[in-house]
Amino acid sequence: MNLLHIFSLARKEFLTLMRDKRSRIIIIVPPIVQLFIFGFAATYDLNDVPVAVYNEDSGGASRELLARIEGSPHFSVLYKISSDDEVASLIDDRKVLLVIRPGQNFSANLQRGAPASLQLIIDGRNSNTAMIAMNYLRDVVLDFNHEWQQEHGKTGPPVQLKMRAWYNENLQSQWFIVPGIVGSLMLVVTLLVTALSVAREREQGTFDQLLVTPLRPVEILIGKAIPGIVIGLLEATLIIALMVWFFDIPLRGSIPALYLGILLFLVATVGVGLMISSICTTQQQAILGAFLFIVPAVVLSGFTTPIANMPEMVQWLTYLDPLRYFLVIVRGVTLEGDGFILLFHQFWPMVIIGMVTLGLAGWLFRYRMY
Amino acid sequence: MNARLHRLWGMIRKESLQILRDPSSISIAFVMPVMLLLLFGYGVSLDAKNIPLGIVIEQPDTAAQSLAGAFDRSEFFRPQRFAAIQDAKRALTERRIDGILWLRNDFSNRLLSGGEAPVGVFVNGVDSNQANITRGYIQGAWLAWLQHFATSRGQALDLPVVLEQRVWFNPALSSHLFLVPGLIAIIMTMIGSLLTAMVVAREWERGTMETLMVTPLHMGEMLVGKLIPYFMLGMGGMLLSVAMALFLFDVPLLGPFWLLILCSALFMLVSLAIGLLISIVTRNQFLAGQVALVVSFLPSFLLSGFLFDIHSMPSWVQLITYLVPARYFVAILQTLFLAGPVWPVVLTNVAAMLLMLLILTALVVKKSYKRLD
Repeated sequence: MNLLHIFSLARKEFLTLMRDKRSRIIIIVPPIVQLFIFGFAATYDLNDVPVAVYNEDSGGASRELLARIEGSPHFSVLYKISSDDEVASLIDDRKVLLVIRPGQNFSANLQRGAPASLQLIIDGRNSNTAMIAMNYLRDVVLDFNHEWQQEHGKTGPPVQLKMRAWYNENLQSQWFIVPGIVGSLMLVVTLLVTALSVAREREQGTFDQLLVTPLRPVEILIGKAIPGIVIGLLEATLIIALMVWFFDIPLRGSIPALYLGILLFLVATVGVGLMISSICTTQQQAILGAFLFIVPAVVLSGFTTPIANMPEMVQWLTYLDPLRYFLVIVRGVTLEGDGFILLFHQFWPMVIIGMVTLGLAGWLFRYRMY
Repeated sequence: MNARLHRLWGMIRKESLQILRDPSSISIAFVMPVMLLLLFGYGVSLDAKNIPLGIVIEQPDTAAQSLAGAFDRSEFFRPQRFAAIQDAKRALTERRIDGILWLRNDFSNRLLSGGEAPVGVFVNGVDSNQANITRGYIQGAWLAWLQHFATSRGQALDLPVVLEQRVWFNPALSSHLFLVPGLIAIIMTMIGSLLTAMVVAREWERGTMETLMVTPLHMGEMLVGKLIPYFMLGMGGMLLSVAMALFLFDVPLLGPFWLLILCSALFMLVSLAIGLLISIVTRNQFLAGQVALVVSFLPSFLLSGFLFDIHSMPSWVQLITYLVPARYFVAILQTLFLAGPVWPVVLTNVAAMLLMLLILTALVVKKSYKRLD
């Protein structure tokens, strides 16, 4: 292996990527813009859910409970209605997500010690949002019950749950999603940089020229891999810095472990990118190939929906996805404070993915001729 | 025959032949939606089942066993017993379980002496949404057990306020009923913009654009001639996805089929126009592909309201979501499939898509001219 060969090829690759102003921009600007937009957009937490109140009760207790709901940052009461017909149109037209309806004798029942019913009518079109809103309301009602019982000298339910969340103590969605965005953006950038590199040369016929130079396939492979890894490392450092300082995500674990994870992840994705690139003969095919890898890789990585909920067959597929391992590493280091030992089982699968894909890419350089 | 129609027909024929001879466009239009819908339909789910839950019972007597039994019977949990809290905490750190239920050794004493017996609950909060759902299920199992415990001792459970929940449109709260229709919007956004993004860019790169320029074709005829075959392809993929949603994923379609197809056609035109605009502006396949990827996949995945509630986003992000065409189509799809033809929802979103199409067409016309640079 000749280091000079590798270095000159890597230099040429950097120049092709960076010479064109538009392609320079597309590598740097979209990831940062996307981190900001998605970092704020992608949240499962609900704020200001539009609510309508249909109060048939005239007592003070229902007013007190409704005041608590109005006071919560999760809900904003937009409509007060007084007939059954309005319920359907408000919910159908998506003007409100839920209608809260204290029963006719709510306050009276409460005073007598009989169960007072609070009816909820929820738009289930987005079942997850509906479930979260119900959980918020249940918390409000449980708090209300607890205080009511204390004020009236009654004992509460015989068993009390004392809940605590680990690692993400206030259960903020942002803490979960932003590290996921970091991983997804790195995947997109490195794949776009590498997937087109060989295909473009094949389409333009310069790859044949490269093959007749004294460069050996291994040297071509390394020279083509270096730009993706270097750009990925710089980009990762930048977006992780933004994540920590701008989004206030804690960084509780070992930073060397995080960087080892980044490096292995980049090797694995660059390997996938080069493999796609060397299979394809045109840029269009390469773009398609990158697309066909990126989309499932993001969706099946556990970025937004848990892998544990997938059917077993799909769960097996996720083991082929380097992003799956990397997301555990990023979340492990940032939130859970993990180090090398707890993350060991995330490191080695990426090494295997990288070795297999890079090996295949190198083999294809030599044996796939057009 | 009118010369204009004749020229247009020639263009359509040329594009159709090109599509038929290069299998990549056909595979984008037909293979991709099937593959992605299968993968996502099964892969994207928010329904937690068999949550691994560690139960620590320090003194296994009947009362403690009966509370733990409520979790054993729930379909949401897959409980594992631990002898000591330290073991359970280690399992939580190593991600082997997602939560812990901790009954201390004075649990039964405090319960039977009429006091309030505390039960410690820890959940792994990293995935906050999953943690919230787990918390809700734990509360549900707890309330059910309280009820059972009170009846077994001949008492009524004394709860001042009782929640009665009625969920419309999706009473079982199964997430695939809303995720699958939303996925159709995302998949078709990608396919529509990807299909056309590369088309004009390729003509520029290969130099065949110059050949087309010396023909008597007008720019408008050329664009329409290119769009029609791809529109047919895209609609084919769309029909395939709808059929899969209905027959494979068993999502009910409450709205009329013709309205669904009409809205889909409008959405397809918007996505194709976005792709066309990208390819006219970039004139380069590398850039066109990258831009198409950047503007279609993640924005429609995260900003369309398909997964994340748009109301809860900060208002400046909500403004950005108005630029994402999938936002309108997701609203239409979720409503048409699960709620039926709710005209106010359908019409406002159709109007928004029409406006988008108009602006995009104006931009395409403005940017496309027969000139060599």
